[in-house]
Amino acid sequence: MKELILIAGLGVLALLAGLINGRKFFMPIVLIGLSTNIGFSLADWGSNEMVYGMLKLDNFALAFNIVFSAIAFLWFISAYEYFTDDNNFSDHFALVLFTLTGAFLLVSFTNMITLFLGIEILSIPLFVLVGSNKTKLKSNEAAFKYFLLGSFASAFLLFGMALIYGSTGSFDLAIISGTIAKSTSIPPMYFAGMLLMLMSIAFKVSAAPFHFWAPDAYEGAPTNITAYMATVVKTVAFAAFFRLFYSAFGSVHSEYALVLSIMCAITLIVANITAAVQANVKRMMAYSSISHAGFMLIAIFTLNAANLLLYYTLVYSISSIIVFTVIKIVKAYNSGNDSINAFKGLLKQNPILAGCLIVALLSMAGIPPLAGFMAKYFMFTTLVSNGYLWLVVIAILTSLVGVYYYFKVIIAVFQKPETENDITLSFAHKFILIICALALLVISIVPDMILGVL
Amino acid sequence: MLTLILILIPLLTAFILFVSGKKLAKTIALIGTLIELAFAVLVLVNLKQGNVQALTFKCNWIQSLGIYFSITIDGISMLLVLLTALLTPIIVYSSFNKEYSNSHVLFGLMLLMQSALIGVFTSMDGFLFYIFWELALIPIYFICLIWGAEGRQKITFKFFIYTLFGSLFMLLALIYIYLQSPVKSFDIQVLYQSARAMGLNQQAWVLAAFVLAFAVKMPLFPFHTWQPKTYTNAPMPGVMMLGGIMSKMATFGIIRWVLPMVPQAVEQYGNYVIVLAVISIIYASCIAIVQKDFKFLIAYSSIAHISLIAAGLFAMNAQGIQGGLIEMFSHGINTVGLFFIADIIFNRAHTSEMAKLGGIRGVNSQFSFLFLVVVLSAVALPFTTGFVGEFLLILGVFESNGIAASFAGLSIILGAIYMLRAFQLIMLGDTNSLTLHFPKLTKQEIITLVIIVILIIGIGVYPKPLLDITENSVNILLQGIK
Repeated sequence: MKELILIAGLGVLALLAGLINGRKFFMPIVLIGLSTNIGFSLADWGSNEMVYGMLKLDNFALAFNIVFSAIAFLWFISAYEYFTDDNNFSDHFALVLFTLTGAFLLVSFTNMITLFLGIEILSIPLFVLVGSNKTKLKSNEAAFKYFLLGSFASAFLLFGMALIYGSTGSFDLAIISGTIAKSTSIPPMYFAGMLLMLMSIAFKVSAAPFHFWAPDAYEGAPTNITAYMATVVKTVAFAAFFRLFYSAFGSVHSEYALVLSIMCAITLIVANITAAVQANVKRMMAYSSISHAGFMLIAIFTLNAANLLLYYTLVYSISSIIVFTVIKIVKAYNSGNDSINAFKGLLKQNPILAGCLIVALLSMAGIPPLAGFMAKYFMFTTLVSNGYLWLVVIAILTSLVGVYYYFKVIIAVFQKPETENDITLSFAHKFILIICALALLVISIVPDMILGVL
Repeated sequence: MLTLILILIPLLTAFILFVSGKKLAKTIALIGTLIELAFAVLVLVNLKQGNVQALTFKCNWIQSLGIYFSITIDGISMLLVLLTALLTPIIVYSSFNKEYSNSHVLFGLMLLMQSALIGVFTSMDGFLFYIFWELALIPIYFICLIWGAEGRQKITFKFFIYTLFGSLFMLLALIYIYLQSPVKSFDIQVLYQSARAMGLNQQAWVLAAFVLAFAVKMPLFPFHTWQPKTYTNAPMPGVMMLGGIMSKMATFGIIRWVLPMVPQAVEQYGNYVIVLAVISIIYASCIAIVQKDFKFLIAYSSIAHISLIAAGLFAMNAQGIQGGLIEMFSHGINTVGLFFIADIIFNRAHTSEMAKLGGIRGVNSQFSFLFLVVVLSAVALPFTTGFVGEFLLILGVFESNGIAASFAGLSIILGAIYMLRAFQLIMLGDTNSLTLHFPKLTKQEIITLVIIVILIIGIGVYPKPLLDITENSVNILLQGIK
């Protein structure tokens, strides 16, 4: 409970900070708040606190709460200029903090009402944030697309919930699961409801064929917000996905496993092949993000994979923070150009920037022994042990396509620079890049640290 | 524990190199690799005394999945560890006469690779083996990408994707075997047991996945297309590491991870691999005959030799495996020697096209003699190291498949044709403007070549110590299979 009050309170505080021009001092407050949130979660570990029958702070919820707070912490530092550049700093702070409130609901809900509330609290500020680059047409377009399609998805979610309620008589996940497990014949309405909810959440996690909004939204949004969507939002959406299907629909696992495994295959194929032909790095990373969503989907339809999902989201988020931070810096340096050519000669221009980018990309490409490989490897293992050999072969082939487009960037980094000037890094960016790269190396060497948690 | 130190010394040296300046790079790299060589000899002494305890190291790595950091050394891995430890200082020393930009990074990457290679040869855990296997690939990729010749991006990329592609299927096979056993452990003995318990059909698929991975790495026809251009495009130390040591990863992998893992399938389908290898031998030899460029010729001859090793190993008898191991050792030495010679010629004449050269023997007889010894070893003349291995290999293949052996035997004849032709074109005949003033060898070049020549003749005349290292382990291996 105190975690929720803390984050929501920070959001309100952010609105007030606008009144007294708190631009200078509010960032430390947010960082302290997030650290406190992590501390609270650690203190609550194992307590299984119920909040009015709506939220349950079990270890899964707390672990994901810690992970997304930690990622948000890193993201705030890497995106610090987003909160100092213009006059809207308090709006930006408040919107982001409200999405975090939604995030907290999404990792801990035990009732469909809180699920819906969480998704809406997360999404609505996000629509605004995507369009926060007000003067740019692309940003507006992205926000508009995201909003329209997002509303549709929410409607599907509601519809699905209504059907589920109709067939089981409850919004509570445990009761839904229990009713179905006991009943002898499951009403078709129930499956229709489940399918609608599946489609809606697949939209939120940008799994194919519901991914069409993602490349446009990722490309149009300010790069900082793109990074936020790829890391915090994605992590949380997958946690919610897992929680919903694990606790509400666990008893009909075999019914949705087939649908999800096919979706996973489509996602992997479509995303990787489309990514391979992109010339714009930001757009390419959007498709890469979709392809990683394909990998994360594996944890939803195989059994006992909560810890694998935790590991995968953490690894992907950390490497994404590095990549998007670098994209942002390179883009600013090359006056808005974020094609692959802009990355030429990065090694000469700034070795730290280039080194961290290479580590992150190698990890995303799944090159051993980096964390990204470990994460993919665990997914392969769980797939084989669940009997999805065909899907492993697809996953392997598509990750080779992945290697192709990540290495396009790496090769560009080693080429001759087009301009000789060095890129200078601010202290915050240098700090965050090095911390993230080190964190990535540490969790590659001792994956048990994360896997053993859940 | 000693084995762990063998992995750590080059790793540590690599990190020292990364932070040290360019000035000291060569010295640090040479000292590091020499210490490594000394330790390898120490390990050999321990192995001879049967001190297995000191050589084994095992601890938990990822406990929840039964993955161990488990390494040890037996006779088979000893030979390859020795080869790695022996060749790396030679390779480092051989590049002393060249100035590479950021040479400390180059040497650092080479040592990183050495560390990973030792890891490949010593790991006793399937997952660890895979990690080291890929870890060896990353430094060489960057070596080729940064210091390679013009147009390297595409070539090195093809090399990378190709080998990654193959090894991912090896990973899949390993996961599959891992999931067969209720113990859920990647320990090599557990994997052996559960793999042997599988049906023939399952074993055959596992064999196919492994062969795909190893055939790309060796490379065997028709998975060889990345190799010639990568070899000719990479910087000299890189190509020596690639051809001298890295190609042995795959042949070693067959001995450690295929033969004892799926013996039934090898028994049943091994002949197909032998036939593929024999096709590969003849194909590569024939292409080598028509090459105009000396470096390409070495690359193709390397395919032919490695394919012969593969054929011998799949014969699954003591002669084949012993011969394969000896041939790995001597092929490593020969390849490094040949590429070093190609580099000497290229540095002086600025071309490696054989038709443009000629008459060097008259100008520089010292070089001519050293070159001749290496060439004779490459064509497997008796009393050179090449002979021992090829003889045993063909004997081994003959025992299991006479027809294949008669074709494999062609490799020696064809080898003699292209190697002697190369020698003739480059060294004999009339001098021309390129070779008229062929400068004398420097002291450093003479030392490198003399070391190689001593190794070639030494092992050729008295191969028993090397055979002794592996004999016991090979017998144990074969007993385990039968």
